[in-house]
Amino acid sequence: MSIDRVRELVESVGIEEVLHRCSERIEENKLNTFITTDFEGALTRARKRDGNGGGRLQGVPVGVKDNISTRGIQTTCGSRILTGYVPPYDACVVERLKAEGAVIIGKTNMDEFAMGTSTETSYYGSVRNPWGRERVPGGSSGGSSAAVAGGEVPIALGSDTGGSVRCPASFCGVVGLKPTYGGVSRYGLISYANSLEQIGPIATSVGDVALLFDAIGGYDRRDSTSAEHEFDTSSALDSDVGVEGMRIGVPDEYFGEGTSGAVRDSVWNAIHTFEDLGATYEIVSMPHTRYALAAYYVIAMSEASSNLARFDGLRYGYRVEEGDWHTSFSRTRREGFGEEVKRRILLGTYALSAGYHDKYYLKALKVRTLVKRDFETAFKSCDLLLAPTMPYPAFKLGEKIDDPLSLYLSDVNTVPINLAGVPAISLPCGFEDDLPIGLQLIGNFFCEPTILRAAHCFEQSTDFHKRKPGDV
Amino acid sequence: MITREDVRRVGWLSRIELEDSELDEYSRKMGLVLEYFGVLDEVGGDVDPTYHVLEIDNVFRDDVAGEMLSQGDALLNAREKRDGYFKSARIV
Repeated sequence: MSIDRVRELVESVGIEEVLHRCSERIEENKLNTFITTDFEGALTRARKRDGNGGGRLQGVPVGVKDNISTRGIQTTCGSRILTGYVPPYDACVVERLKAEGAVIIGKTNMDEFAMGTSTETSYYGSVRNPWGRERVPGGSSGGSSAAVAGGEVPIALGSDTGGSVRCPASFCGVVGLKPTYGGVSRYGLISYANSLEQIGPIATSVGDVALLFDAIGGYDRRDSTSAEHEFDTSSALDSDVGVEGMRIGVPDEYFGEGTSGAVRDSVWNAIHTFEDLGATYEIVSMPHTRYALAAYYVIAMSEASSNLARFDGLRYGYRVEEGDWHTSFSRTRREGFGEEVKRRILLGTYALSAGYHDKYYLKALKVRTLVKRDFETAFKSCDLLLAPTMPYPAFKLGEKIDDPLSLYLSDVNTVPINLAGVPAISLPCGFEDDLPIGLQLIGNFFCEPTILRAAHCFEQSTDFHKRKPGDV
Repeated sequence: MITREDVRRVGWLSRIELEDSELDEYSRKMGLVLEYFGVLDEVGGDVDPTYHVLEIDNVFRDDVAGEMLSQGDALLNAREKRDGYFKSARIV
């Protein structure tokens, strides 16, 4: 459902009824999309705001990923170690949503500490995909994407460290944007890999994603990596400004051997749609793509080993009280963290430890330079890059979870974007066996308006976004 | 290749207690991932590392006290506190 439609509903039937319908939908769907809901609080907050309207999201229910701090609402990161933690402050993006009149109805389920591609590592149980209940919704923002696809909320926030907004958007047939690094404040986002991650909007249309991005984006002095850049997305959705003359680069390396035939065909059909709309394309080479996945995981795990050191059970969250400090600390983390989180902390600690730092961590950072240069070279001759978001549609629950490496390999087309820091959007471009396929449009630094415009033109020319999931 | 002893050592460095019975499984799965990371050895040439993608450094503000979390709010989630402080287990 669109933001406009929800606003009309709020006008006609009132906010209480709109919230009631959201709640009913979540109950009926049984997708396990939310870890915490707070309809009572949502109604109170919405009523307080009544009369102070004017916000672009006035009365619009929103789901917020559970690693984004919400004052007074439990925030767990999908982990046992933060069970019961109630943040005493709002993240910058939450303040901005509230300022626009949005109504936060709860916190969406996610892979524990955003570490995953399937939302199966959550302490609070797996999320199901509304297009096929036995399928994963993608991850790590699986709760946010499945909630939007399942009609539970019109919009949601996710976070994207290596594809965690785009992957579930692709698997759930919705639109998700990973902004330029520094484009959206990370103040109040509980860090996993701080040099890679960005908060991003998820919705059912490019227009709603653009509006949500406009609402949450922009400089914030409380995030020292926030960029002083003013985005202007106003022309992005202007139907008079199309993609005529736009130069699209198609990176050969993003159609690797694991790519399904249907994904390949759908993405090529999309390229031809852009041609019909007046754009041109050329095949480009990004030779360091082959090394991006390994470099990404080394950096992400190393940063995680440091960022997650703060979870000691002392100041918040789960705590095992046994013996001295080291015993209490080590047992709290043993019981509080799940297997994948522990594995990543251990691998990150290993990669940073004496004797291995140069071999793994420093090498990965050098590869990051080369990956970034690949993008710089490509953007000399192209306005945007186009590729599959994921090599295949949603896989089955349990299919890959016991084989971490096979799960990591799913991220091959999304992680280079985070290494480079550029923006990318995923939107529906086809189906394979009734499961959605995602198209990824990648822009240069701060070129969100370009990819939003291209995505909007594609959406206007196709019907993929109109199809609704069958299993809800 | 990562040995049981390596896993035990990084477990201690990370303050994550591991049982002896878990070490084989951790070393097997971590070994597979590290083997995959070996692909990085193929990359030659020397370039500067990228720690951060944007040209931002040394972000300062004026040394003026601003709004911040109150002591009471900061302590809200602590299991044990005393006299306005967090109470930890014995360290030494």
